Amino acid sequence: MKATFRIGGVHPHDNKQYSVHQPITECPLPAKAIIPLVQHIGAPAQAVVEKGQKVKVGELIAKAGGFVSANIHAPFSGTITKIDTTIDAWGMKMPAIFMDVEGDEWLETIDRSKDIVRKLDYDPKAIIDKVQEAGIVGLGGACFPTHVKLLPPPGKTAEVLIVNGVECEPYLTCDHQLMLEHGEEIIIGIQLLMRALNIEKAIIGIEANKPDAIKHMTALASKVLGIEVKALKLKYPQGGEKQLIDACIRRQVPSGALPIEVGAVVDNVATIYAVYEAVQKNKPLISRVMTVTGKSLAKPGNYDVRFGTPLTEVVALAGGVPEDTGKVIGGGPMMGRAMSNIDMPSNKRVSGLLFLPEAESLRQEITNCVRCGKCIGACPMGLEPWLLSKQAWHSMWDEMEDHNIMDCIECGCCQFTCPSHLPLLDYVRMGKAKVGGIIRARQAANK
Amino acid sequence: MNLILISLAVLGVTGLVAAVLLYFVAQKFKVEEDPRIDEVQEALPGANCGGCGFAGCRAFAESCVKADSLDGLLCPVGGAPTMKTVGEILGMAVGNIDPKVAVVRCNGTCEARPKTSTYDGAKSCQILHNCYVGESACPFGCLGCGDCVAACEFDAIYMNPETGLPEVDDEKCTSCGKCVKACPRNIIELRKKGPKSRRMVVMCVNKDKGAVARKACTNACIGCSKCQKVCEFDAITIENNLAYIDYNKCRLCRKCEDACPTGAIHAVNFPPRKPKAEAPAAPKAAPANNATQPLNNTKQNGEEVKA
Amino acid sequence: MKQLIVSPAPHFHSGDSVRKNMLLVIIALLPAYAVSVWQFGWGAFITTAISVAACVLFEWLIAKYILKQKSTIGDLSAVLTGLLLAFNLPSNLPWWIVIIGALVAIGVAKMSFGGLGQNIFNPALVGRVFLLISFPAQMTTWPVPQGFATSYVDAATGATPLAAMKVALTGSDSMMSAVPEMWDILIGKMGGSLGEVSALLLLAGGIFLIATRVITWHIPVSIMATVALFAAVTGWAGMLPESVCTGEYVMLSLCTGGMMLGAWFMATDYVTSPMSNWGKIIFGVGIGVIVMVIRTWGAYPEGMSFAILIMNACAPLLNLIRPKRFGEKKKA
Repeated sequence: MKATFRIGGVHPHDNKQYSVHQPITECPLPAKAIIPLVQHIGAPAQAVVEKGQKVKVGELIAKAGGFVSANIHAPFSGTITKIDTTIDAWGMKMPAIFMDVEGDEWLETIDRSKDIVRKLDYDPKAIIDKVQEAGIVGLGGACFPTHVKLLPPPGKTAEVLIVNGVECEPYLTCDHQLMLEHGEEIIIGIQLLMRALNIEKAIIGIEANKPDAIKHMTALASKVLGIEVKALKLKYPQGGEKQLIDACIRRQVPSGALPIEVGAVVDNVATIYAVYEAVQKNKPLISRVMTVTGKSLAKPGNYDVRFGTPLTEVVALAGGVPEDTGKVIGGGPMMGRAMSNIDMPSNKRVSGLLFLPEAESLRQEITNCVRCGKCIGACPMGLEPWLLSKQAWHSMWDEMEDHNIMDCIECGCCQFTCPSHLPLLDYVRMGKAKVGGIIRARQAANK
Repeated sequence: MNLILISLAVLGVTGLVAAVLLYFVAQKFKVEEDPRIDEVQEALPGANCGGCGFAGCRAFAESCVKADSLDGLLCPVGGAPTMKTVGEILGMAVGNIDPKVAVVRCNGTCEARPKTSTYDGAKSCQILHNCYVGESACPFGCLGCGDCVAACEFDAIYMNPETGLPEVDDEKCTSCGKCVKACPRNIIELRKKGPKSRRMVVMCVNKDKGAVARKACTNACIGCSKCQKVCEFDAITIENNLAYIDYNKCRLCRKCEDACPTGAIHAVNFPPRKPKAEAPAAPKAAPANNATQPLNNTKQNGEEVKA
Repeated sequence: MKQLIVSPAPHFHSGDSVRKNMLLVIIALLPAYAVSVWQFGWGAFITTAISVAACVLFEWLIAKYILKQKSTIGDLSAVLTGLLLAFNLPSNLPWWIVIIGALVAIGVAKMSFGGLGQNIFNPALVGRVFLLISFPAQMTTWPVPQGFATSYVDAATGATPLAAMKVALTGSDSMMSAVPEMWDILIGKMGGSLGEVSALLLLAGGIFLIATRVITWHIPVSIMATVALFAAVTGWAGMLPESVCTGEYVMLSLCTGGMMLGAWFMATDYVTSPMSNWGKIIFGVGIGVIVMVIRTWGAYPEGMSFAILIMNACAPLLNLIRPKRFGEKKKA
């Protein structure tokens, strides 16, 4: 019996067959690039370059706007043309640096060879500084700056590093492919983070639908003391931080607390690969592996895309937008956001592009709630989505807070499973935003 | 026979004891209440809409009775006549009250504001506003999901299927302000109703630069300040590329309407222009029933315009 | 490029629908229904046909002319209500009584509350209980099952096993001979309402529903466990006639009357049962206790309908029980 988390969960069809085992291909450089300044959770980065300035690949172009923020480095060499706002894929404005790409000239300090560096005797502080300097954020989806996680608050100690190789979102295969192609680097990255956190134990959680990755990583991990690979039962949302901790070490993070409360630090395999590159190769985070996939796409696959590359170019590489496209989703189908245009540049946040045909894009007709309770059974946080969505509809914010709305991880299980096709999560998410605002206002008033 | 007598006696005595008990309990826990609260509540419309800012009509009546003066206390639904009655009950003077009406300040019709995407989520402006810019490219305009329609308790606001925009029925609108709160984009404003419901409104809240705004919507205010220049009463201010007409200063001369190059300024409820003016922009936005006039307010408004 | 469709996540759906669930329940009822037709012949067929047709017709009429809303007969819930109502009726019931039952079930118990999802009580059971109280004689005379040769002309009627048990429990040992053999009870060779005869196939249908995830195990299992326990305690307490052993009584309690139909198909009705797992278990235990109390001490030989309806009324209260939250600390 494979381990999994203990409450709720659903079993969507994983649909990974389109892009699985497609080798990671580098995306060609664009002529012009737009690099957004908000690529992470927290304060926006502050641009440190000026119009007309020439930059090389890897050069710092925007500084973190606070502790919870991340540096941004030039993914291309070329000239900065302007610092202005651009429209993101949901139509909102965001600040960005515009540049013309000229050649591909890298900073000399970056090691571009393919050799694997195995040096480990770093000072823990040096590793964390390097991670912070390189602008590494959680590449699993939330984009929370990684260095913040590596510095536990006073009084809390980390006991175990949990590595997220779950990739529970249907369709996405980038982490899977990364583990197959760069497994060794990831193991070194894990060792570096264990050193930085001063811990002896790490668990790599991989879902059972990736048997080759489990085998590969187990073989690699067996050579290193303290790293264990855990095959997990297929169940969504296993890649959720709290769910993964429960599945791997049988501890449940209390409501409102961070994973460090139960001694766990969770990082995605892609993040760990970035840590390896930053520490051993001196390469800041300037690209990520993206899955471009869909039933009707000509060449679905996993692409290594530098941030700032227009998504249209990535799509062209995968064979262009299919005729029957109804919806383009940034990320996976359970938590990703549908885009209203694909002119946006790629960034740290977009882990995949999914093209859904028109027939699968529209929601079904909504019928009455029949109180089947399936949403309660599916909710991995043990909430009552049917009730919360009703409360949100009636603006009952106090009652929502009382029913622990802030525990919601917006995984979408409730809406996925609802036989009445109710937009449960739409309302719950709206209510969560509202209640979150009320709570923050109250805390500010109490200070 | 005996049985009936016994039952009657037992029931009668029980009833009597209960009545006596209730009387004493009621005496003991009696709450002294100002009788005027009931009177004031009687005078209020009783819609419990919360437009006054209190939790229902009773709460409003209580605060009216407690207050030293009626300044700042207004039942928007009842308006001036109701407040006058309340003032009479409490023996206090009531200030001048302008009747107001909710105005949807967006004229981004389907033709003027082309769709850039199709929204298929829950039909709620708040939800759409939280995740997307909307179905068009305008980040300020009406989202068209009808949160205001759902919020209105007086059936005074409805969606016009042709324009995709909500329209307010002047007759039914009580200016309770629920739609103003419901709109996540702050498009709806409570404005002075105006004499014969006539008023000038900038039907746009787009703060983008002219070119950007114009690209998203051909009816947008581009902040060109032409209206400001023609206005003889300093009623128009331009801030953040957006014109705003101060309804207290506006004298309804309609010069700004002619000056506006995009048709963002609407003259509402004016009779159609005579000869030369070709197709004025007004009728588009005017509600269907502009023939009737509010009975109570006409005179008072007339006086105000003169003043 | 053409316009894209946007909506908040998730963009994926399980493909589950109300219609699909209703269809699966109907499928799960069919084997038991086949036995009923085999046992009671044309009577079973006609009663069901009238009941289903009347339920669908009433729902359509009420939706169209009284509520003036979109018709909901497409979700098959009215078909299911009609089928369940027929399962609760004797096969020799006059046709006009069946139609009255359908009218009460759909008109009073379902549509007057606002249609599917809004009703407090199980519509089919409200229909049945209304008929049971209004037409007690017709509702409690069952034909002796003889297959298609079942006579509906002369009133050759037989007692149900539960009615015989009831007499036996009150001390008259002689009636035990009227209780059929265990095997006959399991396959359905006994008198009774349409759908309550084949315990084995109803159980199979219930297990099919759990396997297809239409229902969860909580309600049926807790009902049957409670009933079994109650029956066993009755046996140990020496309340049974001497000719019945405790084990036999437990089996009889579980397999006769509306127990199987009620536990697997009626009590598990989505709308009228609680939603959280603990709520479901309490709901089931409540039904089990009430049904056994009625069977043992009540005026009626069978109390499944009443038990479910009483617990239906408690369902909103049981919905206040919150599911176990993630990371919730156990009280020290």
